[in-house]
Amino acid sequence: MTIAAKANALWEYANPRKFLAASERALPFFWTSAGLCLFVGLIWGFFLTPDDYKQGSTVKIIYLHVPAALMAINCWLMMLVTSLVWLVRRHHVSALAARAAAPVGIVMTLVALATGAIWGQPMWGTWWAWDPRLTSFLILFLFYLGYVALWEAIEDPDTAADLTSVLCLVGSVFAILSRYAVNFWNQGLHQGASVLRAGAITGTDTDEKVSNIFFYPLLLCIIGFVLLFVALVLYRTGTEIRARRIRTLLARERVGG
Amino acid sequence: MIALLLRDLKLAFRAGGGFGLGLAFFLIVTVLVPFSVGPQSSLLSTIAPGVLWLGALLACLLSLDRLLALDWEDGSLDLLATSPLPLEAAVTIKALAHWLTTGLPLVLAAPVLGVLLHLPAQGYVWLFLSLLIGTPAMSVIGTFGAALTVGLKRGGLLLSLLVLPLYVPTLIFGAEVARRGATGMDVQTPLLMLAGITAATIALLPFASAAVLRINLR
Amino acid sequence: MTLSVTDLAITRGGIPVLEGLSFALEPGKALILRGPNGIGKTTLLRTLAGLQPPLSGQVNGAEDRIAYAAHSDGIKPTLTVAENLAFWASVFGTKSTQPALDAFDLGDLSGRPAGQLSAGQKRRLGLARILVTARPIWMLDEPTVSLDRSAVQMFADAVRGHLGQGGSALIATHIDLGLDGEVLDVGPYKARPKAIDDFDGAFL
Repeated sequence: MTIAAKANALWEYANPRKFLAASERALPFFWTSAGLCLFVGLIWGFFLTPDDYKQGSTVKIIYLHVPAALMAINCWLMMLVTSLVWLVRRHHVSALAARAAAPVGIVMTLVALATGAIWGQPMWGTWWAWDPRLTSFLILFLFYLGYVALWEAIEDPDTAADLTSVLCLVGSVFAILSRYAVNFWNQGLHQGASVLRAGAITGTDTDEKVSNIFFYPLLLCIIGFVLLFVALVLYRTGTEIRARRIRTLLARERVGG
Repeated sequence: MIALLLRDLKLAFRAGGGFGLGLAFFLIVTVLVPFSVGPQSSLLSTIAPGVLWLGALLACLLSLDRLLALDWEDGSLDLLATSPLPLEAAVTIKALAHWLTTGLPLVLAAPVLGVLLHLPAQGYVWLFLSLLIGTPAMSVIGTFGAALTVGLKRGGLLLSLLVLPLYVPTLIFGAEVARRGATGMDVQTPLLMLAGITAATIALLPFASAAVLRINLR
Repeated sequence: MTLSVTDLAITRGGIPVLEGLSFALEPGKALILRGPNGIGKTTLLRTLAGLQPPLSGQVNGAEDRIAYAAHSDGIKPTLTVAENLAFWASVFGTKSTQPALDAFDLGDLSGRPAGQLSAGQKRRLGLARILVTARPIWMLDEPTVSLDRSAVQMFADAVRGHLGQGGSALIATHIDLGLDGEVLDVGPYKARPKAIDDFDGAFL
């Protein structure tokens, strides 16, 4: 198969009907594998790993905190990509996928913030600190809120898709700017993102490393969260497509079709 | 283009144009701050740069929902969109008019209000300069927000929700300049960042605003 | 240059309203749009004026040549009649507003704030704005709303003068203006919904 033909094959799923059919076939796989990964990963992480010598059992919240934080950011990235696809190729499924992903992103951001607070309380002695990482997530949360509010506020679905897509593009630039601004504004308490550093995986990194024993269940949890995210977005996109279809049918009935 | 600017300025200065409302709001917010945090001059002088920046930002925000909504309601935007004037130029002019009628008065008033909050003497220059550089970005970003929400019946609250997160980098760097200036620290880095953000938003954001406006006019 | 429309289909709120519409508007000619309320006359005019994209079909010869006037005239109540008109004149690069003031008998009102005008006077100001655009194709959406009989006559004279100078006009109206223009009834072009099973990527 040539590359062009492959690309065409991918765009075929931009057709709502094909998308629905394909996602319905794929969803059971994503639900079960996400459940399995999370079940094994969380049990393994919570009960079968030793307590950290410094952080005690508190450290185990990492199995929720890190995957949720990763997904909170990647969800926005996914919305950025689907928004671009909508603006360039005008595939409705793409716009609806962005819409479907936003509430999932909000929940992931909230989970990351909440678990961070629960982790931070015994570690830093405070539920909340204006640390750059925490602050960035709070700002990300505000961006999500604005994005969803704009979707909800506009009646015409295509107009809403266009406007939210532009907002997503502009918002992404400002979100990155905010990240740097916040970094500059306050150097924080939060440890560096240590999970995926090479040293952490090989165990040679002695500084703030997440050692192997914690790493494998964590990896499983991350995979579980990714699968869960994909399942939720596919499921919600299907719902959005159906809602959109009902809307169109009703509108057509009104004009006497 | 000049015609549009002159018209907008005229509209702002005539009765009911809303000129001075932002300024009055800025004054009131500044006066309310000592009532809420107490009259100790040491505390006030510490928070003065930040409070003045926040006050200016909110005053700027207050007038945004009229920025394009009036032209939308009376059909002017439709007519402008079919005129030889590119919509990109129109939104830039509108942002400029907004800055001249709202942003600039705030910049000029801020040092006076600084007296009320015991702003340290060395801070006045930097407060003035940071606002002078930062407020144009607030007008341009605000125009983008106004363009996004122009077709909505009750867009005011949504407008704030959309625009405030976009104000974060400007606020952080701007207030940082004012704060560092007040305490006699080096202001170069945040000042450059602030100027960079303003320059980039003025150069790029009007395209997004015009695109959004075209979508809303459909 | 002729404005030609070929196999145009237009949508309102994502629903197709008119389809298969083709016509040509030559210089010096007027075309009167007719059709029941809600058929899509306003949408058609907005599409031709470039304010919204057509669903399919082609519009040639419209770019930067259209003066569009809709239900709202873009009049600022705190500016005077003369200021309102002068603003649009300078946006469109026209020097003098006097002919437009004269054509709609606005000379005596020119110093008055537009907010104090009656509905009919406002409408006249809105139509005078079309004159200062100096554009060859007029697209007017119910231009005679709230005009009295003499004002309608002024308007008809203005259109005739415009046609005489080689301009053209596309007017959606139900009043007989006494223009020797063709009438285009858009009723037969009402879009027929496609069969339900044709549920494709566009949800239409």
